[in-house]
Amino acid sequence: MPAATTGVKARKFRGEVFITEDRCKECGFCIEFCPPKVLEFSKEFNRHGYHPPILVNEAGCTGCDLCGLYCPDFAIYGLRVPVESPAATASAAGVSPLGNDASGVERVRQGGGI
Amino acid sequence: MSVMVPFNPVEPFLRSERMPHIWCSGCGIGTTVNCFARALAESKLPLDKVAIVSGIGCTGRVAGYLNLDSFHTTHGRAIPFATGLKLANPELTVVVYSGDGDLIAIGGNHFIHAARRNVDIKVICINNFIYGMTGGQVAPTTPVGATATTAPYGCFERPFNLPYLAESSGAVYVARWTAYHVRYIAHSMAEALRKKGFSFIEILAPCPTLYQRRNKLGDGLETMRYYKQHSVIRHGANTRDLNLDFQGEITLGKFVDIERPTLQQTMGQRFRQVLRERYAG
Repeated sequence: MPAATTGVKARKFRGEVFITEDRCKECGFCIEFCPPKVLEFSKEFNRHGYHPPILVNEAGCTGCDLCGLYCPDFAIYGLRVPVESPAATASAAGVSPLGNDASGVERVRQGGGI
Repeated sequence: MSVMVPFNPVEPFLRSERMPHIWCSGCGIGTTVNCFARALAESKLPLDKVAIVSGIGCTGRVAGYLNLDSFHTTHGRAIPFATGLKLANPELTVVVYSGDGDLIAIGGNHFIHAARRNVDIKVICINNFIYGMTGGQVAPTTPVGATATTAPYGCFERPFNLPYLAESSGAVYVARWTAYHVRYIAHSMAEALRKKGFSFIEILAPCPTLYQRRNKLGDGLETMRYYKQHSVIRHGANTRDLNLDFQGEITLGKFVDIERPTLQQTMGQRFRQVLRERYAG
């Protein structure tokens, strides 16, 4: 993946993806349309018997959130995290880029229910 | 890899306790809902001033999954309900989110008249060329040659060209996208949310369980690839030329963006003229 690795040095941000595995229905949109192609199907099953995506190339992810925009099941999203401060990771991840509070956090952690 | 999930940006717009939703794997409706959530965030509208109305069908479930004031109407009656909502409470931004069967077949008459009167509502029509929830019957959008449960030898009726129908009925904003063109959809939806008048966005989406499987077109992902390869964006194209052939080329874009007095305005103007001080509105 040459395109993905050459850009890493100059970047001030790194990408992270967050996956709610139990919501995934294995449609493959995130894997197919990821611009740097850093996702793959996991070998593991989720509780509904689907293979959720897994990040296989952490350095390649740009955090563009196109996976989040494509996901029909609201199961994945990408985030840009500043590279310098590892402490900023948690706080940046806790605040929605859309400027909303984090009231949904607990519900998401519990996973989906039918 | 199990990643802890801190916060999904679309979560505040969803009723999370209802997830996972009923839509099949590879269905495009969820993708459009994602775009709608982002358009809502971009528009910065207060969420208690946005109402969403939908009819029956797979797309009709959107009203139940979005964390907004919502109403799931009887089949085809989303637009009349939304019209009443808008007239009674003009502050609201009213969005009708429904499928092609609900809006154009059963609710077809409401659709053309709401466009004619220029009711200030935003209509998002997810077109999957078939009646999905009821079992894959032929719809007024099914392309000639495509098979459905009620058209086993292939559809032989000319389908509606929805942007043309909307424009000729009087819509002030008309656009068409596919579920693959997510950024365009989000941008178009944000534009429609700002627009005054009858705005119409058609979004082509895969129905892998009924339309794609029955016509041997592969799964949802295969259809998304097809959208990617066979779509041409022509903004401002003549809506007359936007017919969809079975597996043919798809013309996308924003076709109409004009200004015209809304129903609220023409009604207010008329009543003030005739009733003068007796008119309270």
